[in-house]
Amino acid sequence: MEKFQKLTGTAAPMPLVNIDTDMIIPKVFLKSIQRTGFGKNLFDEMRYNRDGSEIPDFVLNKPQYRNAEIIVAGDNFGCGSSREHAPWALKDFGIKCVISTSFADIFYNNCFKNGILPIVLPQEDVDKLMDDANRGANATLTVDLENQTIQGPDGGSIAFEVDAFKKHCLIEGLDDIDLTLAKKASIDTFEAEAAQARPWV
Amino acid sequence: MSPKTLYDKIWDAHLAHEAEDGTALLYIDRHLVHEVTSPQAFEGLRMANRPVHAPDKTIAVPDHNVPTTEDRVNGIDNEESRIQVDALDKNAKDFGIHYYPVSDVRQGIVHIVGPEQGWTLPGMTVVCGDSHTATHGAFGALAHGIGTSEVEHVLATQTLIQKKSKNMKVEITGKLRPGVTAKDITLSVIGETGTAGGTGYVIEYCGEAIRDLSMEGRMTVCNMAIEGGARAGLIAPDDVTYDYVKGRPHAPKGAQWEAALTWWKTLYSDDDAHWDKVITIKGEDIAPVVTWGTSPEDVLPITASVPAPEDFKGGKVDAAKRALDYMGLTPGQALSEIEIDTVFIGSCTNGRIEDLRAAAAILKGKKIKDGMRAMVVPGSGLVRAQAEEEGLADIFKEAGFEWRMAGCSMCLAMNPDQLSEGERCASTSNRNFEGRQGFKGRTHLVSPAMAAAAAVTGHLTDVREMM
Ligand code: SF4
Repeated sequence: MEKFQKLTGTAAPMPLVNIDTDMIIPKVFLKSIQRTGFGKNLFDEMRYNRDGSEIPDFVLNKPQYRNAEIIVAGDNFGCGSSREHAPWALKDFGIKCVISTSFADIFYNNCFKNGILPIVLPQEDVDKLMDDANRGANATLTVDLENQTIQGPDGGSIAFEVDAFKKHCLIEGLDDIDLTLAKKASIDTFEAEAAQARPWV
Repeated sequence: MSPKTLYDKIWDAHLAHEAEDGTALLYIDRHLVHEVTSPQAFEGLRMANRPVHAPDKTIAVPDHNVPTTEDRVNGIDNEESRIQVDALDKNAKDFGIHYYPVSDVRQGIVHIVGPEQGWTLPGMTVVCGDSHTATHGAFGALAHGIGTSEVEHVLATQTLIQKKSKNMKVEITGKLRPGVTAKDITLSVIGETGTAGGTGYVIEYCGEAIRDLSMEGRMTVCNMAIEGGARAGLIAPDDVTYDYVKGRPHAPKGAQWEAALTWWKTLYSDDDAHWDKVITIKGEDIAPVVTWGTSPEDVLPITASVPAPEDFKGGKVDAAKRALDYMGLTPGQALSEIEIDTVFIGSCTNGRIEDLRAAAAILKGKKIKDGMRAMVVPGSGLVRAQAEEEGLADIFKEAGFEWRMAGCSMCLAMNPDQLSEGERCASTSNRNFEGRQGFKGRTHLVSPAMAAAAAVTGHLTDVREMM
């Protein structure tokens, strides 16, 4: 997995609450058996007209946000289905960090598995960053995972929390399966004991 | 020993490893797999030359984009859907996992097939690359959805890297009033907590109204725990659970049944267990409900009117505006006057035999409104067969419903069953998101009985008027 250490980029404002996984990547695009190529259909129904032309008002279609790498979003971003196509689409488009007051559980986990950092902040911090994001490409944010800070264009710094283990995996770009297979002895022991205790499973 | 919740007990029984910071390796008893979220996971295994760690605990069934017309035996027309189903066929065979192909009468929605075949048992950990895995919590199993990377992780290791969630109790006291169903309970809870109210929690549903539900009803309640934001929903097992499980193909038998039962009977929350959050709702206060907007929390009793954006606070004001615009509704309009074009009965929320019975009871001897498109998609081939045996299929067909083969169908419209632009549907499924049932399609979530009532009258209808 790609490492995530420090990111400086444009943040796009998406204040809508409850942006769900069907909005992030509509299911008509879930039929691929690959992990890549979803970026062009990110936010498809909000981003394009039926004839395929762009909707100019949609934030990621505006010139100053076309290369955004960060999204500042309304509450409960990523609610809905378990589809990992949602982070795959964000990643493929170039989004590496999403900031909100809350995320749906499965989406939140899925981000970390794909090198995307989801950051949960209190409402007032999100409001402040939303203002920054509204200033477009003139206002880049710097997300420093090591030090757990976000620096705004005016020099202010906001601290954020992140699970230590998840942070470690993201910074080092570690593969979960390798990490777990290193504990194979524990799994084997557990299986042997469980086979005794609950043989019907 | 300190008192524990049901969730605590299941969690503790499945800890294969725990790091100092609380990061755990949770052992997974059952891994359910379908065609949409698994191809990339199997591909990952192949690339790393890894086997499936426990093929015997892994069960696959295609459901999300299979056609539901009878001619599907001749193959799937849509090329991309066919590729996914073919990939699952091949992966099941190559990796030696249990499989119910489209041609098998036991095929159906993965969350209906698992319990039906006795794969889901009390006290288990169950995962699937699908958020509605929460359904299996009805058995007192810790069950939740995972992403594709986690599917690959479970295939390779039979474990999941997890941090423990907090404990939330949702108690529904007393009795339900006539015409009120499990679907109304679960939607009402979300109406109360919001779609993020359960974030970070595992919910245990309890109280007399929950105890009184059949297994089918309990599955409906737990199914939508995810719409409330919770990691999982749980209901402690009892005699209703054991009666349902007993004799199922993969349920334990003989001495193993007795041993299992002894353990299952310890699976309840201790009296003085600690809850991080408690919600109590009186069963008698719950009405038949419908959703008016594009989030499952946009729920109101059928006797209410469409709300105005000003009724809300914060970011929800704009969301409500957008939802009303999308849904083509005006504030103040009575919900029971909203006209419907289509009715969909099915999904892992309400595609079980009891759901079909409830709808058929309303439809018996009646016809659907002229011009109405109405469809029943049984949750599995076995539900379909049973409904035919009980004469329910005839009631639906005589009323004017299409009688379909099993699958997810119009719940998410990945197959040809979709709403067209502006088409309005009363649906027994679980999500009313924009575009969920088809581009610009409009969804009102309801119980099966309410869906049947709307099919007859042509508008959202208080089912109590037809009972
Ligand atoms: S019926 Fe709907 S909610 Fe259930 S698994 Fe299928 S698509 Fe998901």
